[in-house]
Amino acid sequence: MSAPAPWRWTATALARAGFGPRALVVAVPMLWLLVFFLIPFVVVAKISVSEPLIAQPPYAPLFEWDGLRATIAVNLENYAFLLDDPLYLDAYLFSIRTAFVSAVAALLIGYPMAWFIARSPEPRRTILLTLVILPFWTSFLLRVYAWQGFLRSNGVINNLLLGTGIIDTPLVMLQTPFAVYLGIVYTYLPFMILPLYANLVKLDDALIEASADLGARPAATFFHVILPLSMPGIIAGFMLVFIPAIGEFVIPELLGGPNSLMIGRVLWGEFFSNRDWPVASAVAIAMLVAVVLPVMLLRTAQARSEEG
Amino acid sequence: MRRSIVLPALCIAGFVFLYAPILSLIVFSFNENRLVTVWSRFSLKWYGELLRDPQILRSAWVSLQVAFLAATLSVGLGTLTAYVLMRFGRFRARALLTGMATAPLVMPEVITGLSLLLLFVTMEQVFGWPAGRGMTTIVIAHATFGMAYVAVVVQSRLIGMDISVEEAALDLGARPVRVFFDITLPIISPALVAGWLLAFTLSLDDLVIASFVTGPGASTLPMVIFSKVRLGVSPDVNALATIIIAVVALGVAAAMVLMARAQARGRAGRGRDGGAL
Repeated sequence: MSAPAPWRWTATALARAGFGPRALVVAVPMLWLLVFFLIPFVVVAKISVSEPLIAQPPYAPLFEWDGLRATIAVNLENYAFLLDDPLYLDAYLFSIRTAFVSAVAALLIGYPMAWFIARSPEPRRTILLTLVILPFWTSFLLRVYAWQGFLRSNGVINNLLLGTGIIDTPLVMLQTPFAVYLGIVYTYLPFMILPLYANLVKLDDALIEASADLGARPAATFFHVILPLSMPGIIAGFMLVFIPAIGEFVIPELLGGPNSLMIGRVLWGEFFSNRDWPVASAVAIAMLVAVVLPVMLLRTAQARSEEG
Repeated sequence: MRRSIVLPALCIAGFVFLYAPILSLIVFSFNENRLVTVWSRFSLKWYGELLRDPQILRSAWVSLQVAFLAATLSVGLGTLTAYVLMRFGRFRARALLTGMATAPLVMPEVITGLSLLLLFVTMEQVFGWPAGRGMTTIVIAHATFGMAYVAVVVQSRLIGMDISVEEAALDLGARPVRVFFDITLPIISPALVAGWLLAFTLSLDDLVIASFVTGPGASTLPMVIFSKVRLGVSPDVNALATIIIAVVALGVAAAMVLMARAQARGRAGRGRDGGAL
């Protein structure tokens, strides 16, 4: 299979200039990610230090050229604003707390399910596993919406409890932090179960039998044998719930009240309601430094410890 | 034995937790009452209302087009990324590519959305492209995070495949391009299908990123659903949910049947080969 002449000439010319066919193959994904992933952060950083303006686009240019000299206006006020107003720190702490509580709750619910599925005979195992994954393929937004119908004061749960006479005034569940935890646990439960399952299914039964033969009670076997062995699965599942939950917007917006301010919701509000692009950019940069960077460092450290 | 009752019970409770809200959406989509949670009588009127809603139909069409294009682009870019990272050994900027290919997986959607929007605005100011925002910008945004997921799926398939097949083809004098298209691509094709489906679903599901990078006239289905849901109860959303769930259930059932058949065929094929040897 020989390429047509113009192609061959181009390839030779590029190879002479130091760009072999390999470099060209690397260049495609590399350029795409540089332009649409890395450079955007430079733009965000730039706008986070510009002054807000009522204009289109709503920020002042950083460099100005009046024909004679260039002026650079770096404005750190947007960051000072984030530190001054307790709203931002509160939202950050609330996000971390919510993500943590939800990930722990998902672990407590997901572990017994993963264990049961991993110990099931075929074909039950495959069927249960499919049932765990299935909700993931349906719309995330609609699953959160379904909980609105469950939790509202005239919703399914209150109707059930009132109808059976367990309570006589409706419980307030919607627009509380509890509803946010519930929504996160519900939507991210498959992400907890799958890595736990993948880990537990490999667990050797002989170890459990050996522990029992040596006289350990089931609880001791669990805490001294099963739990330490399933630690990689626990960590993986925890991270898969914790990381996306911190930046969550839809769940606190639809299930939480006005007080359930998570950092993703604050950024959304600055951008869409206040139309303050510079402050929204400053929130994004702060989030990047305070949330994403630690997570990526943690992941690298974890990957290295698994290799080592 | 006590444990044999407790574990299944916990598991069943877990599945009730996963499925009760979905089932309630389906049940109440057939409810005549405007109050979503009070049952009056069976009716299909919300389905009729849904099919007469031009906004829903238009946005569903936009979403399907965006998801198709974004998933296809994601598979191309993601496969290249995975191949380069797995087969090219060491090269300059390899660490940079690895970092950029995995970072979108942990990036909060609000940051991805905001940063891409600001990029598009700046590019329009400087180069005049993209002129305004709409479907094109959503496709670019979705392809950028879709390719990261595709790269993960394809990478794990490349790790699993037997590299000696590629080496044999190279030893027999095939050019690297030919080896890629004739040997590697057919072997990793299941991963490409899985990656495409994943990218398609993620695109179809995305509200946050699309809201940032869209322009006037290009509303995706999640954006329309979100604005309806935020305003309060709307039973036609239940009807829409039921349709989506039915489509997904059918798709998964079809995929399972196909996979079971392929497995059976594979087993039969191996059996024959074994006999011949």
